[in-house]
Amino acid sequence: MAEVCLTGITKRFGKDVALDDVTMTIPDGSFVVLLGPTGAGKTTTLRMVSGLDAPDQGRITIGGHNMVGLTPAQRDVAMVFQQYSLYPHMTVRQNLEFPLKSPILRTPQADIDRKVAEIAEILQISSKLDNKATALSGGEMQRVSIGRALVRNPSVYLMDEPLSSLDAKLRADLRLELKSIQADSGATLLYVTHDQIEAMTMATHVGVLDKGRLVQFGSPREIYENPVSIYAASRLGQPRINVLPADIFGGAPSGAASIGLRPEQIVQGEGEESLVQRVEHLGDQTRLHLTCKSHDIITVTDAHTELKPGDIVRIRPRNPFYFDATGARLA
Amino acid sequence: MSFSVTEASGRTKWIAGILVVGYALITIAPLVWIIATGFKSGPDSIAYPPKVVFEPSLEGYVNLFTDRTRATEDMLEEAGPPETWYDQIARDQGTIITGPSRYGERFLNSVIIGFGSTALCMLLGTAAAYAFSRFRVPLKDDLMFFILSTRMMPPIAVAIPIFLMFRQLGLNDTHLGMILLYTAVNLSLSVWLLKGFIDEIPVEYEEAALIDGYTRFQAFYKVVLPQAATGIASTAIFCLIFAWNEYAFAVLLTSGTAQTAPPFIPTIIGTSGKDWPAVAAGATLFLVPVMVFTILLRKHLLRGITFGAVRK
Repeated sequence: MAEVCLTGITKRFGKDVALDDVTMTIPDGSFVVLLGPTGAGKTTTLRMVSGLDAPDQGRITIGGHNMVGLTPAQRDVAMVFQQYSLYPHMTVRQNLEFPLKSPILRTPQADIDRKVAEIAEILQISSKLDNKATALSGGEMQRVSIGRALVRNPSVYLMDEPLSSLDAKLRADLRLELKSIQADSGATLLYVTHDQIEAMTMATHVGVLDKGRLVQFGSPREIYENPVSIYAASRLGQPRINVLPADIFGGAPSGAASIGLRPEQIVQGEGEESLVQRVEHLGDQTRLHLTCKSHDIITVTDAHTELKPGDIVRIRPRNPFYFDATGARLA
Repeated sequence: MSFSVTEASGRTKWIAGILVVGYALITIAPLVWIIATGFKSGPDSIAYPPKVVFEPSLEGYVNLFTDRTRATEDMLEEAGPPETWYDQIARDQGTIITGPSRYGERFLNSVIIGFGSTALCMLLGTAAAYAFSRFRVPLKDDLMFFILSTRMMPPIAVAIPIFLMFRQLGLNDTHLGMILLYTAVNLSLSVWLLKGFIDEIPVEYEEAALIDGYTRFQAFYKVVLPQAATGIASTAIFCLIFAWNEYAFAVLLTSGTAQTAPPFIPTIIGTSGKDWPAVAAGATLFLVPVMVFTILLRKHLLRGITFGAVRK
């Protein structure tokens, strides 16, 4: 297990800048989630750390050792690929054994058998061990692909959307499982996802990437409660943060262009009048779609609310975020 | 009756079946004729009208593998009674065996040169195709075109320069020379075919193997090669067929030591004119190795089902 440091990493593909001067320290034993839309540079960051691609500028250290010029094998990293990449000419068991049999590890067969059985149990694929890798469903392939990383004890695990094609229940199970494996082993884990629930539940740290730049790095709580920009604020939170013109409620600081309101920053029952457009009963909560001075707002209300479309609700902000014209946080 | 887009109707199947069987019969007829001629006696082989039903004889095969001389009464008496079944067959034609023929050697030459050049071609072709498929090779497209362009004229068009080069290099009538020549001719085909097959194998497998602790060469060997088996098998069959059947260069560049079977077979002459059963027997045996090779690799040819464990 080791600390991973990226310093000034820049990577271009032709004219496109995939990563722009990214500096980030992934502490030993942390679970770091990279968030951002497609093309933000999440997968590229993983590939830089893994050694599959080399940065144009900047340096990467793992456990204090400079990684420049080292092959993926020498870096001792395990990676779960977004495309699974199971070896199609092998069985599930052979796929899981493959990293353990590498010339670097040369694990004794008894250890291999024990390790593979243990991981197959956790990932619920024990009954599929002797199937061909190509004879699995998408979700099973994804689990084998996670298993191929987990059989090892590398310095860093790299995972590229490892839970994306699992059904909701399995995803919830594996979220807990991954988190506890990571916590028990003290492994350092760098994890890419679109899913903010994964980010909120598993991460010790979240890195928010935007067009190749790291815009914020901190605990999920910190990023949720203290975002540096509209962009960072909209990465976390369900429903998404409402961004409105700053002057809509009054009291905005000078220079503020917009106001950001998460549902818990909206007090209902006093303030400006707004019209209920739609009421979504989700069971444990109810979402209100409001229009206030011709701006749409989505907030959360009591699960058993009596409100219906056409009603008027008064709302006012409480400790809102203010952003300037560029989207950066003011207060 | 229900209509299906993919399943042909009964009558269509019958018509298709008849067409296929008819075509197969037409194409297989010369082959059957050659095989049958190999088992005819000399007079039967040149009988007119041709004999479809005949008494089978091993005369052709015995004559193919032996040198014989026409025997006089004295010689026959001196030689005593025939010792083996093939002695007997030779005696029946009024000849006695003086020794083994060259066919065995020529056949072995064909095996060495055909399989040798195929193996070399696969080794170089796979390596080159992998490099062209995976690495940033300067002037890649131009090089690939250049490789293809070596096939744009018939190989025999360069026969004279090659003849002169071989003479200078002392490669005339050597196994090495013929292996190099056939490899050179086949390499363009194998690089192009194999590059296509390797391009189809997603690079993610190798990346996974690199991460799993293997070197680039080990990843190639353990992950790419097994998946390229189909391509390698079919390319190898193409290369072998060319090298095995090649006639023009073999006539030009070999005469003794390294002569292959194709230029040798037509020169088989019996004691009285062309020995057609022996020629046919030689041709029949000559077909066997390519057939066996193809059948052995059939498993790989049919196993094109290695795709699907990478999400596209």
